[in-house]
Amino acid sequence: MSPLIGFGLVAGFLLASAVMVVRSDNLVHSVLWLSVVLVLTAVVFILLGATFLGGIQIILYTGGVITLMLFGIMLTGKQDTVEIPNPSEGHLAGAGAALAFLVPTLSAIWATDFGPDKGLPPVTAKHIGTAVLGPHLVAFEALSVLLLAAMIGAIVLARRSDPGEGR
Amino acid sequence: MIHWVLTVAAVLFALGIYGVSTRKNAVGILLSVELMANAVNLNLVGFGMRAGDSAHVFVLFAIALTVAEVVVGLALVVLLYRTRKNVLIDLASELRG
Repeated sequence: MSPLIGFGLVAGFLLASAVMVVRSDNLVHSVLWLSVVLVLTAVVFILLGATFLGGIQIILYTGGVITLMLFGIMLTGKQDTVEIPNPSEGHLAGAGAALAFLVPTLSAIWATDFGPDKGLPPVTAKHIGTAVLGPHLVAFEALSVLLLAAMIGAIVLARRSDPGEGR
Repeated sequence: MIHWVLTVAAVLFALGIYGVSTRKNAVGILLSVELMANAVNLNLVGFGMRAGDSAHVFVLFAIALTVAEVVVGLALVVLLYRTRKNVLIDLASELRG
């Protein structure tokens, strides 16, 4: 029973931080709350036996993505302050859309019998490394090409100094 | 246990939907998309408790794809800022007929 209590505690903070991400009035605060969400997700990964993915999550997301997001905010807002407004509107329609997804999904989840927990051993870096460079090698190589394409695409998009003149 | 993991992931995804449909700042929308991608990863790790290695490799690839998506998304936001001098998406309506 105790793993469920630990999971519940982390999940409670996780969902509260996620609410702050979508409700905060300051964009910088939203990003910082998102970093809390990502770290707590890594904790949940580790609780579920995915220790390697928990590490990857912290390094890639909270190390890389959050920094990138803060760069994006500072490049597209006023540079003299960290008070960047993050307005939102249509709360009723947004909540309706979210509920229209949530209600059927939750009822489907709780109506399904997934069988008893098998309690698989934790998946370590060794398992993942063997799987990536073995049966999933083609997907791995395709992913490296995709990352290169994304990098070149981002440079091409962001370098254009005046897109109106088609330089 | 897996029911609770899936429930938390579904609530996270719903919060992402709420954020995408209410935010006006393009970076704010990108943050909500991140929230949704995170919920999907959580879902996959939850099923990985049963499926084993394959689910974890899938999550690894999904994380890398999300990072690529953020890079291109932020490049688009910077481009939008250069063209319009703001990133509020309801003001960028030039394609409206």
